[in-house]
Amino acid sequence: MTGNPNVIEVRNLEKHYNGYTAVDGISLAIAKGSCFGLLGPNGAGKTTTVEMMENIIPPDRGVILYKGGERDRTFNQEIGIQFQHTELLAFLTVEETLKTFAAFYHKHLPVEEVLTLCMLDNIRKNMNHKISGGQRQRLLLGLALLNDPELLFLDEPSTGLDPQARKHIWEIILDINKKGKTIILTTHYMEEAENLCDTIAIMDKGRIIEQGSPKSLIKTHCQEEGCPKNLESVFLKLTGKYLRE
Amino acid sequence: MSFKRIWALFKARNYEFFRDRAGFGWNILFPFLIVAGFGVIFSSDSGSDYKLGVFSVKENQAGLESLDLPGRLKTYQHIKIIPFETRDEALDKLAHHKIDLLLENAGPELKYWVNDSSPKGYVLEKMVRESMVPEEWFASKVIRQEVRGEGIRYIDWLFPGILGMNIMFSALFGVGYVIVRYRRIGVLKRLKATPVTAFEYLTAQLVSRVLIMLISSSVVWLGCDLLFSFRMHGSYLDVLAVFFSGTLCLVSLGLVLACRGTNEELTNGIINFISWPMMFLSEVWFSIEGASGFVQQAAKLLPLTHFLNAARKIINDGATFSDVSSEVAILLIMSFVFLTIGSILFSWTK
Repeated sequence: MTGNPNVIEVRNLEKHYNGYTAVDGISLAIAKGSCFGLLGPNGAGKTTTVEMMENIIPPDRGVILYKGGERDRTFNQEIGIQFQHTELLAFLTVEETLKTFAAFYHKHLPVEEVLTLCMLDNIRKNMNHKISGGQRQRLLLGLALLNDPELLFLDEPSTGLDPQARKHIWEIILDINKKGKTIILTTHYMEEAENLCDTIAIMDKGRIIEQGSPKSLIKTHCQEEGCPKNLESVFLKLTGKYLRE
Repeated sequence: MSFKRIWALFKARNYEFFRDRAGFGWNILFPFLIVAGFGVIFSSDSGSDYKLGVFSVKENQAGLESLDLPGRLKTYQHIKIIPFETRDEALDKLAHHKIDLLLENAGPELKYWVNDSSPKGYVLEKMVRESMVPEEWFASKVIRQEVRGEGIRYIDWLFPGILGMNIMFSALFGVGYVIVRYRRIGVLKRLKATPVTAFEYLTAQLVSRVLIMLISSSVVWLGCDLLFSFRMHGSYLDVLAVFFSGTLCLVSLGLVLACRGTNEELTNGIINFISWPMMFLSEVWFSIEGASGFVQQAAKLLPLTHFLNAARKIINDGATFSDVSSEVAILLIMSFVFLTIGSILFSWTK
């Protein structure tokens, strides 16, 4: 396992729900220290793919390797997850929530550090059911960072945040990435993916339809005259402009 | 298994319970109100009295003495005489089981009406007829013997049932319903993404709920005791052991109900489907002595039956722990079975 450049690798991953194929034979290899973006329209299979990698749901077929081997009991100690939709225990304060989660891990960052990092200092005594949507997102990110994870899954981490809060989240993500941590990010914000990710995979109908660095994708798919040179153009060109869901 | 994680989850669940003032208050207030309500209702024993309607009684015709009723009937205990001005009014009450039998207040001839579908009416009819027979007739034919001893008030008998019922509802809804809700809103999914195991999570929920129920039951006990002076014939330590095993069993049943679902309304229905028959068959409100054999056998399958049997034996009859050891053993075996099923079937996600 030592020396494996990939933190996580999936081969021929499939997931089916009552005859509907959510993920259709995906293979990925995510290098250590990279920030990998998974993009796709609603229903493309991003969340299902990520949740199989997170060990939340089992795949119907395929292999998932963590540091070159099967995921064992250390996997949950070494990963951090920020889900797209998560409620927290309503009558715990922000600080108590972090302390409760900190107790789950063998090693964790000091709660004070996480409170400061995620700008939660001034709401530390607030109950979870009384914090705003943006504060909640920052707390969820704090919970994901609490165990100083090797591999961080972020499922739409900046959804619902104002531009200032979004920029702050980006700074945190970039800072973590610079420390050599691996990040897997799903987002609907193309600007976010372009700014944060060094590799991007675009999914549609359960398959990966394109993969590469943001620059290479833009270069490949935005050659026509008049085509804006950004990731959104690439995304729309590859997945179409018709409305999903 | 990590005790550190169990302790963290245990503390978190306790914070949730005690800080949710509406839920916490209701858990304490509900049994207290039930006992208080029944205390008031049954303080005059009006619930078990036979209700004898008499017409026509004028508004100014006061006292039993002035009524044309058999003399002995006026002396009988547990018969409450209710006067009516008109026969139609009284017959309407009889038809609706508001009274058990109706007598006409008109001279030496005893004319009465009875509702064929009323068991109490049937018994009262026998009493009315018996009151017409001279007492001397019984003298050589029946021998009366008395059982001496302190009687158990209905409220003393009811009290363990109310506490048991409160624990049952709190265990099933407080564990079953809450876990299903946590699963639906993603709290359990978030925990699954941590090193917490299902065993650690369930253990923390179980221990937290058992402790909470024992504390809240003690508060209710103290409050009700101050108001009604319950007669406790056994040992408090023995009662604690019974309440512990009963609560453990009911919370474990709650974990079984919560092991998979995400639909709160379905869970609500299932819990009601289980708890309501259990409430009646396990004799929370009244004894099922005399019910069919099938009903009595079915009652023995329910944990609340063994819980209340043991609690009442100690509280009402002064039994010792060894006297109720079979009930406690059944409760512990049931707890083990429920916990095993709940752990095997438990799912964090939908």
